[in-house]
Amino acid sequence: MITKRIIPCLDVRDGRVVKGVNFEGLRDVASPVDLAKYYSDEGADELVFYDITASAEGRALFTDILTEAAKNVFIPLTVGGGINSVADFDRVLKCGADKVSVNSGAIKDPDLVGKAARLYGDQCVVLSADIKRVEGKFMIFAKGGRENTGLEAIEWIKRCVGNGAGEVVVNSMDTDGVKQGFDLELLGKVCDAVSVPVIASGGAGCTEDFIKLFKTLPKVDAGLAASVFHFGEIKIPELKAAMAENGIPARLLKK
Amino acid sequence: MIAIIDYGVGNLFSLKSSFAAIGEEAFATGDPDIIRKADKLILPGVGAFEDASLKLKESGMAGIIKEEVSSGKPLLGICLGMQLLFEKSLEYGEHEGLGLIKGVVKPMEGLISPELKVPHIGWNPLIIKKEHPLFSRINNGDCVYFVHSFFADECEEAVIATAEYDKELTAAVAKDNVCGCQFHPEKSGDVGLNILRAFCKEM
Repeated sequence: MITKRIIPCLDVRDGRVVKGVNFEGLRDVASPVDLAKYYSDEGADELVFYDITASAEGRALFTDILTEAAKNVFIPLTVGGGINSVADFDRVLKCGADKVSVNSGAIKDPDLVGKAARLYGDQCVVLSADIKRVEGKFMIFAKGGRENTGLEAIEWIKRCVGNGAGEVVVNSMDTDGVKQGFDLELLGKVCDAVSVPVIASGGAGCTEDFIKLFKTLPKVDAGLAASVFHFGEIKIPELKAAMAENGIPARLLKK
Repeated sequence: MIAIIDYGVGNLFSLKSSFAAIGEEAFATGDPDIIRKADKLILPGVGAFEDASLKLKESGMAGIIKEEVSSGKPLLGICLGMQLLFEKSLEYGEHEGLGLIKGVVKPMEGLISPELKVPHIGWNPLIIKKEHPLFSRINNGDCVYFVHSFFADECEEAVIATAEYDKELTAAVAKDNVCGCQFHPEKSGDVGLNILRAFCKEM
């Protein structure tokens, strides 16, 4: 039985982990390498490193940190942020990333997903979609959630999966940072539309939110969150134990 | 010394890092002399079977691997590297493997429930079928990380562990000094590192 994955996300700027609430008001949390090691020891099933740096210096610092983390952490690492070309895929894969997530880059260059999938395999290409309700429709946003692209979310996700995206991270901007639970309505629609793994993101506030996610939508493969893990509001070993108690397959570490 | 065979397929960063983490000297190399001198061999691989199998042959690695294995040197194939140990693969056509272990690599699609996602990506408990030195430092039911769309079939004699994904899929195989795992030990946390340790120390 495949287990449901729990994935902490580390937003990194200038070499430090930050987390925004609704993408604004960033707060410094910790060293990415230390935090990655900590999460791996706690039983995280995978880690996402999201590079929110804009400058070239910051980008170089990010790849240094990624390399250091990959030398010390032996669980899958996904890298996102600033991935606009095949050269960007190459840059982070060489530093130890296993998967690369594309967001705005796929919107700017609709061929990027396909090109990367042919070079590195579908399993390497993760589509990350920032989605918000606009007049009752789910729309794709770009540039860290600042720009409505006019793309309808489900159609966009289907198109990218058709081009070779091997997994989809669904980030609901409506529930992100609110800590009232995942966006089950949106996630249900995505699960019905695609047959690749779906990772839920945005809205986790407590352990019960993860239980409700996996119970309500058995097709969701993983739950992703940031601040609730960084601030210790949800402890991964306790979350895994609660999942197991509720009959949700979870990877439990034996001490 | 461990030689991680570099034949231009996949990313060897994590494998090199994991051997460093367990204090074992390992080189990623395509140099036949170093491969011949090594105590043990790792055959990695990610991507398409046909491409990898051609690269093994064209680089002359296929021949060297067979020679070294027949001299008794331990070999561990990982992911596509495990699939290459078999006689053939039905991945987009029919392609010849190294033929070190009897069996056929087949697509999951059509052979497992359509309800399940392909590729199979994630952590599954290992179901240990036979005692083997590779498992000397782990327990039955420990989880390991898989990423694959094809699986080894018709290889019952060599199966030492399976993982349940609709049905029991081949997770690890062994025959004499040759072994392989479909999952990624270098991405399977402490359990994976313990499998690599066991390969280094006990095979």
